[in-house]
Amino acid sequence: MSENPILALLFSAIRLATPLLLAALGGLFSERSGVINIGLEGLMLAGAFTAAVTTHYSGNPWVGLLAAILAGIGVALIHAVACIRYRADQVVSGTAINILFLGVPALLSGAMFASTGATPQIPKEQLLPYAPIILAFALVPATWWVLNRTPFGLRLRAVGENPEAADTAGVDVARIRYAGVLLSGALAAIGGAYLSIGQSSLFTRNMTAGRGFIALAALIFGKWRPVQTMLACLLFGVAEALSIQMQGVSQIPVQFIQIIPYVLTIVVLAGFIGHSRAPRALGLPYQKKR
Amino acid sequence: MKKLLRELLFPLIAVAAAFLVGGVLVALVGDSPLRTYELLIGSALTWPDGIGYTLFYATPLIFTGLAVAVAFRCGLLNIGAEGQLYIAAFVTAWVGITCAGWSAWLLVPLCFLTATLSGAVWGAIPGVLKARFGAHEVITTIMLNFVAVALASYFTQYHYKPPGDPILETVPIGEGAHIARLGRFIPGFPERIPLNLAFPLALVVSLLVYLFLWRTRWGYEIRATGASPAAAEYGGISTGRQIVLAMAVSGGLAGMVAINEVMGYRYRYYDSFSAGYGFTGIAVALLGRNHPIGVILSSLLFGALLRGGLFVDIFTENVSKDLVQVLQAIIILFVAAEAMFRGPFARWAKRV
Repeated sequence: MSENPILALLFSAIRLATPLLLAALGGLFSERSGVINIGLEGLMLAGAFTAAVTTHYSGNPWVGLLAAILAGIGVALIHAVACIRYRADQVVSGTAINILFLGVPALLSGAMFASTGATPQIPKEQLLPYAPIILAFALVPATWWVLNRTPFGLRLRAVGENPEAADTAGVDVARIRYAGVLLSGALAAIGGAYLSIGQSSLFTRNMTAGRGFIALAALIFGKWRPVQTMLACLLFGVAEALSIQMQGVSQIPVQFIQIIPYVLTIVVLAGFIGHSRAPRALGLPYQKKR
Repeated sequence: MKKLLRELLFPLIAVAAAFLVGGVLVALVGDSPLRTYELLIGSALTWPDGIGYTLFYATPLIFTGLAVAVAFRCGLLNIGAEGQLYIAAFVTAWVGITCAGWSAWLLVPLCFLTATLSGAVWGAIPGVLKARFGAHEVITTIMLNFVAVALASYFTQYHYKPPGDPILETVPIGEGAHIARLGRFIPGFPERIPLNLAFPLALVVSLLVYLFLWRTRWGYEIRATGASPAAAEYGGISTGRQIVLAMAVSGGLAGMVAINEVMGYRYRYYDSFSAGYGFTGIAVALLGRNHPIGVILSSLLFGALLRGGLFVDIFTENVSKDLVQVLQAIIILFVAAEAMFRGPFARWAKRV
């Protein structure tokens, strides 16, 4: 595979796009239900850390993955309760989740392994195979189908666009939003787990290095739609693969390639290329009228 | 008085609740919460080191806290203070390097101005993007943070690094751009403690922000826009202009972190110097109720935690300084989800 440089680049891009795609699809479920989730970064870190620790102790990456999913759901529940039940500012709550999971893994790993930030190395045969890649890309049509062809998807979109109307039609707005946010926790955590027990073999401090934000960028760039979001993730994956390959080889400084996703997102948000419209009720807490 | 008590009540409850949750975590990792907190707070209050470093760490937080607060008063969430302070720190260092030979009488004011203006320009970008194109400031500021860090790191690495230096930092700024450490003015306070003139400046700036927001027409219009954009527009205020203005002021305040960092502490631009000051600024502003006095008080709290965290790191068996970050996050969560306390405490608060 490494003989053809273009193929090698493409494969590396797909690998690098996988955690982004998982987190972005997670974000999609949350944001289409009307709850902003800038805590994707923290959710990924929670998944990555839990997966690495559980796999270290159990020797089984699938147990690690399952634990990561549970951790992701648990952390997303904090965000959900704060935003849905207590109508906290969603951006602020997401920021808190991000800061929380810079600290918590370091605190726990410091106590467990006497090394703040890193977990022990996991042997190669105990790492996740390609399954998360397949899962991530299979989830794209699945997400489209759930969103556009199932009652749940219709309700999800309805509470994200017009919660009052959905409520009047008998939809439990809070419940659908809880489902959206918890799904985002599960998926982002899988993305994180793939980083720690798939692409690498241990958890290191802040190992997501902004991938949660790139996922968010891909979601916006992809206009909150699954297929476009996937294309955006692939594009950002190519950018990352390029910046890795060009390190030290090319005259173009890596910093310029690294900022591509961020600049593109700003450009799209400003409406210079197409226009990205957020779900109408995004960020607005909903209070049931009596 | 009653109003003041109520303003203080919820932040205090949030801090107490965070310490409670943090204490459980400390117990979980196998240390005594009481001893850990004794270390955390106690080591921040010793003279001169504890207090000196607490105030030194509080200084950038006052600036970023004010930055977030001003934007918040206009109904904007500035997650971009981190990027604004990085741009400002690099550009300030650049001026300090380029004009290295100048006299302090010229260079210090020039660098002050540079720090503020470069931060303001970087902050105004998301303001313009929002006012003119409707791009949400939360997303654009997050994205611009990454762009800012990358730009500063690029220029440092390729153009201003001392040859052969293994650390990513620029060459030093001229001595004319240095500002004095407070040790020079306070007897018994050693000059090795990096607390510098940026701290009293932060206090003065807090007062200016108060006067700006509550005593000037611009400040009034910013607050009116934040309170109700539609009403403000109806009342003849150009909300677009207020958004750009608020973001520029916010960015300028964040940029002043460069004064503390570059002119008063390291005397150069140092890559990834910020310990998340921009993000902690969000916690500071929220806890301080977006009011300059509240910002100063909560900066002192977080400054003390940053200082004490180092001691917790060294003198406890299992707890690392990351406890501080965890506490900070929990405080933000509790303050944000204040409605949680409204029920049980509301009746009690009414009686107070």
